[in-house]
Amino acid sequence: MVQAIRDFFVRRGYVEVETPVLIPAPAPELHIDAVEAPPMYLHTSPELCMKRLLAAGYERIFQMCKCFRQGERGELHLPEFTILEWYRTHAGYEDFMYECEALLQAVAGELNRSPTVKYQGKILDLEGPWERITVHEAFERYADLSLDEAMERGCFDACMLEEIEPHLGIGKPTFLYDYPASMAALSRLKPSDRSVAERFELYMGGVELANAFSELTDAVEQRKRFQHERAERKKLGKEAYPVPEKFLEALGLMPEAGGIALGIDRLAMIFSDSRTIDEVVAFTPEEL
Amino acid sequence: MYSASDLRRGLKIEIDGDPYIIVDFQFSKPGKGQALYKCKLKNMINGVMFDQTYRSVETFKPANLEERKMQFLYAQDNEFCFMDMENYEQTFLSEDQVGEAKHYLIDNLEVEILFFGDRAIGITLPNFVDLTVTQADPWAKGDSVAGDTKPVTLETGYSLRVPPFVNEGEKITVDTRTGEYVTRVKE
Repeated sequence: MVQAIRDFFVRRGYVEVETPVLIPAPAPELHIDAVEAPPMYLHTSPELCMKRLLAAGYERIFQMCKCFRQGERGELHLPEFTILEWYRTHAGYEDFMYECEALLQAVAGELNRSPTVKYQGKILDLEGPWERITVHEAFERYADLSLDEAMERGCFDACMLEEIEPHLGIGKPTFLYDYPASMAALSRLKPSDRSVAERFELYMGGVELANAFSELTDAVEQRKRFQHERAERKKLGKEAYPVPEKFLEALGLMPEAGGIALGIDRLAMIFSDSRTIDEVVAFTPEEL
Repeated sequence: MYSASDLRRGLKIEIDGDPYIIVDFQFSKPGKGQALYKCKLKNMINGVMFDQTYRSVETFKPANLEERKMQFLYAQDNEFCFMDMENYEQTFLSEDQVGEAKHYLIDNLEVEILFFGDRAIGITLPNFVDLTVTQADPWAKGDSVAGDTKPVTLETGYSLRVPPFVNEGEKITVDTRTGEYVTRVKE
């Protein structure tokens, strides 16, 4: 599977890169906690360093590496996991939807000799185009509350988990896109509707597999968002993390770009028809 | 206090003044959202179960539970009396609280009594208890085949099936976890 992924990117002119795992400042995000390695941190994603490479002139890059997130352990989570990230200049999130389709079709073709994959008793057809549904539509279709009501009551995540995710990526993979602006993270707002961010998540068989952005290239706005996340982290008694200054400096020089992070362990779950992430790693943390 | 990240199967916490044990647990985290901790909880006093999803900001009070070594003294009017072997204090459990354990309670048996604060709420038996057979049909040699069993009644009133060679008045060891015969005790 990993070899098929590498071949795909090399064919498309991507350069494989390697960035440091040990970093001085992870991206401040409210719900992502880094593993500390004083005075540094283990990266939670190679995102910041990879964007610095875009700013330095690279146009198409990909990386497969281990990432670390404190306290994440469940049927779909390991505190140490493998991520695939790829970035491309002069592209937006919609381009990445097509590229996801092409990538997973190539992997399925290589592994299964077929454009389908059987996951937990159900056939997933990978022929494009895949289902696309906005976050707003997903709430209308599957949840008891509307998106606005859920946001107001602070139960977006619970609705997503209980009512929406189980319906996503059934039959065909699903792109859930256009997140509320407050959940933009490192993505840019949609020029035609600034209430939403150009961000999508890819689901297969109810499993969230990838998160993509049209990247925010406005360093001033990005600094504001980091400051906001840092303040929110402090409120919860979490460490605020230093502001990643060198990243913000580079962001001003970065051309328009898109980027995506895909969970390799979860992709291995899908292609090996495994119900839990435990089944696709050599040892779980509990087995060490 | 426990934080949400301490939640796991088997953890005992106090909710609204009652002790609960987490019997099922799932961690999930949609997208870049907050971690959600889905728990199935069982009330350790009345056995009632319920489902609850907690968020990472929530904190939990550990249930103040303690097991004390006690000796069974007597049963009267559906109450079972136990004595603390260190300070000789007596405490009572109802028939409901004792449950299946009543089949094995013989005088002076040492057990663990579970306390929630000052309140006795449960009992843990030793895995094996020796009990006297008070009623058994004699073994009719010759008309039984290997693997046959026969019913007997023990001193506590508990009935179970044992191999045919067990006689009235003999002691047998019973596994309190399964309620099954283990062996005949040689005096």
